[in-house]
Amino acid sequence: MYKKLLLSKSTSRGFSTQIQTAKTNLKNWKSVVGLEVHAQLLTDSKLFSGSSNEFGAPLNSAVSHFDASIPGTLPVLNRKCVEIGVKTAIALGCRVNEVSMFDRKHYFYADLPVGYQITQQRAALANDGELTFPVIVPGKKTYYKKARLLQLQLEQDSGKSLHDEELKRSLVDLNRAGAPLIELVFAPDLETGEEAASLVKELILILKSLRSCSCKMEEGALRVDANISIHRSGEPFGVRTEVKNIGSVRSISQAITFEIQRQFEVKLNGGVITNETRSWDATTRSTVPMRDKEVLQDYRFMPEPNLPPLRLNTSATDTSCSDIISVASISRGIPELPEDTRSNLIKKYQLSQDVAVILVNEAKLLQYFISIMEHVPGIPAKLVTNFLINDLLTFCNKRNVDIEDCQLSYIHLEDILSALHAGTINLQAGRELIEIIHENPSQKVQTLIKDHNLEQITDEKMIEQFCRQAIEQHEQAVKQYQSGKKKALFAIVGEVSKLSKQKANMKMVVAFLEKILKSE
Amino acid sequence: MKRHLQLSIKQLSGFYADGSISPRTVVDHSLDDAIKLKRLNAFIRLSPEKALHQAKESDHRYENKEQLGVLDGVPIAIKDNFCTKELTTTCASRMLSNFVPPFNATVCERLANAGAVLIGKTNMDQFAMGSGTVDSIFGPSKNIWSNDLVDKWHIAGGSSGGSATAVAAGICYAAIGSDTGGSTRNPAAYCGVVGLKPTYGLISRHGLIPLVNSMDVPGIFARNVGDCLDVLNAIAGPDDRDSTTIRKPFRKIDMSFNEELDLRNVRIGIPKEYHCEGLSNEVLETWMKVADLLEDSGAHVHQVSLPNTSASIFVYSILNQCEVASNMARYDGIEYGHRAEIESSTEELYANTRAEGFNTVVKTRILTGNYFLLRKNYHKYFEKALRVRRLISEDFKRVFETPKNDENIVDVLLTPTTLTDAPLYNDFVSQSNRDQCAVQDFCTQPANMAGIPAISIPIRLSKRGLPIGLQLMSKSLNEEMLLRVAGWIEQQVEFDCLANEQIYAARS
Repeated sequence: MYKKLLLSKSTSRGFSTQIQTAKTNLKNWKSVVGLEVHAQLLTDSKLFSGSSNEFGAPLNSAVSHFDASIPGTLPVLNRKCVEIGVKTAIALGCRVNEVSMFDRKHYFYADLPVGYQITQQRAALANDGELTFPVIVPGKKTYYKKARLLQLQLEQDSGKSLHDEELKRSLVDLNRAGAPLIELVFAPDLETGEEAASLVKELILILKSLRSCSCKMEEGALRVDANISIHRSGEPFGVRTEVKNIGSVRSISQAITFEIQRQFEVKLNGGVITNETRSWDATTRSTVPMRDKEVLQDYRFMPEPNLPPLRLNTSATDTSCSDIISVASISRGIPELPEDTRSNLIKKYQLSQDVAVILVNEAKLLQYFISIMEHVPGIPAKLVTNFLINDLLTFCNKRNVDIEDCQLSYIHLEDILSALHAGTINLQAGRELIEIIHENPSQKVQTLIKDHNLEQITDEKMIEQFCRQAIEQHEQAVKQYQSGKKKALFAIVGEVSKLSKQKANMKMVVAFLEKILKSE
Repeated sequence: MKRHLQLSIKQLSGFYADGSISPRTVVDHSLDDAIKLKRLNAFIRLSPEKALHQAKESDHRYENKEQLGVLDGVPIAIKDNFCTKELTTTCASRMLSNFVPPFNATVCERLANAGAVLIGKTNMDQFAMGSGTVDSIFGPSKNIWSNDLVDKWHIAGGSSGGSATAVAAGICYAAIGSDTGGSTRNPAAYCGVVGLKPTYGLISRHGLIPLVNSMDVPGIFARNVGDCLDVLNAIAGPDDRDSTTIRKPFRKIDMSFNEELDLRNVRIGIPKEYHCEGLSNEVLETWMKVADLLEDSGAHVHQVSLPNTSASIFVYSILNQCEVASNMARYDGIEYGHRAEIESSTEELYANTRAEGFNTVVKTRILTGNYFLLRKNYHKYFEKALRVRRLISEDFKRVFETPKNDENIVDVLLTPTTLTDAPLYNDFVSQSNRDQCAVQDFCTQPANMAGIPAISIPIRLSKRGLPIGLQLMSKSLNEEMLLRVAGWIEQQVEFDCLANEQIYAARS
């Protein structure tokens, strides 16, 4: 149930309902998936210049002389970018290198004004990390997977080209040129699209909690490329293809699943898989070869002569040196990471793993949960998680509202759950309250319960009356129930609910029905 | 004859201060002289309006006794590969023929802040790729010491030949060049002026349009060592905009006690590898004479060995071409500079822009550099070249700091700057750019490979009446010692860098 809800989220933040596992399964064949992730760093200014690093600024308004490649300008490394890079590397369990270096990677493109990208090819900021993350597949038990992080490097983003097909013109926006990126190169340790999507989902949680990256894939703040191959088990890896232009977390799973399937089909038909770059087309839901990437590029890497080697203080004890960034002191500032939060939740509230995963995946939901648990004494955690996940999240999905934009305040939810816990209202009334408050968030819960007449009916006489009425109307169900078909009771319970306009205390109804039907 | 012509910068500013002459007058004369000596082709562009405005401001400062220092009101010139705000900066190439920088290079800014008056931008080889100032879209610069400026004239040397000429012809008191493999020292030697290549990282490269980032250094031309030091003191020191500048604050060098230099405490090295093929007898003789002069005056003069010298020029050539290939990638006609009139595709636009904008020398280096950087060649050429570069660096470190068993440690190396006096233009251009540079840069580029300071000072005239210079090198950041020894030699040889007929003929 939870899984399905989580996966049905329609925004880029969630997974997809359309997850399909590769349909054709060649016997004894395995798929191998590796990811390369580019994350734009959340900084005020760019990696090597002082111009603004804000998304959505007017075209070509955040461009310094350096970003526009004016001759004579030189790169000056932004300390903040290094600090964020180091923080992220530590959180991902990397070895942060005492000395790293910058290189030039050459290629001609209109949105790359200088003709090369400054990156870290030979000696990166950090290496050898790993990421362990929960994998959620509908109908399967949630499991944990581990992917090695081979390299984490700092590099520049390029500008953006816009092509006007009618006027046959290309226009260039350099606002993004020189924006700070970290590239994360993961080992090909994954097997499926779902695993890849789960890895990215976990990575997003980590980067957000570190404030490293906004992770807004729709703004291009986080970009994922996938390397995919298939091979017969026991044999070396097959020829891989690279899939680019994956624009959302949902697409990650779809694109990789499609590409694995495509490769299986090529093999089935006796074809050969070629090393190529393919692009994910979200409308046709398929990967297509990228024409301009057909020619094998030689990037002619060269050390960047204008930047001295980047030195960090990697000593665990001496963090005093003022000028050099201390890895140890950055490491002390790292907040609780998602996996810690999950295990703390499980320990403290006896939540199931799946529930913990869902709460941690939705920051707002987790905040609601914590605030309710703190402010409503004695409330069972299960009541709260059930309501938040089954009712609140369902409401949001139905309305296509991001949970972050949900209008209910912490107080609202505390009051609703308090009323539920006390038995003042029933679950149905709770659901109604969500809808009412979302439209009109200024009202108090207590007032709304009164105004909308939502109090639960607990009067035994009234309940008896509703029950007797329902029994009369459902002779068939009564017979079935009494002959041992326990499920038949639901029809009668449903009728009572209808008769009471969904206000009867269902626990009392069930108890009463069971009692009188047994005795009759 | 203008009386002020023979003054040093300190004397000139002294005269400004006591009112015997005004910056405005001297700048007027400079601009006049620049026009009268136009046939030397020292300048690509004069900036008279700006210069006169600066001169007027300087006048006011002196009147109010608020002068900014010894450079206030002193006419200078700057090579056309330093960005000057709102003043076209071409690198002597078609590619940048319309490029107007939106900012000032740090060097230009610091000179302006010191009150120096910019007369104009000087001629050079296209993108500083050359050693003759013959490959400029504005035509070659001519050596003022040539007897015949019409048919049989000599090259000024390069690539900063325009700056050297502007100083040698008495138009300016000092000029800024750049030095990647000898581009300041070579024309200084040919034109009979002082040319200083400071320690790599001592002067900011911000705003210097790069040739080879890891070797480029702004260079200084002056008529004497003292003037050279005055300019150095104004422009040296860390700059946040150039991450390769040395971060230690620069302490201004004071040479007022120059006379007291006791040569008995100075150890001079004569590296035997610089006695090379093609070295003219006259240069060799000059070199030995000065070595004797130093020894006779008490200096310890030793022969030393820099065994990797002969490999240096080849390695320099590889590293140069690789960085050139990379640095030139930005010239695509999109953001600035020349743009071809073809818009059928971005690739066509790039290809035509670059085909039209660069000369053969630039194109050859781009192609060769890209070849060296190919994945399959990187280890064989670029990486190996870096290793040899380190060996060359270690050669210098050994003689300056950590000699082996029986070797002598030295403070300063004395070598030729060039192998001969200035060649005739016709002889010079009969060779390819590669061959020209291989000969011209032989003695100068090792200092760039190692990042150490070097200076060329004029010693005497050759039989043909052309200047011969010698080079001094020292360890990193040892400019003070370098300049002290240079100053001592200067006093002994009494070379008059304005003692040639052309200077006066043109002005009369």
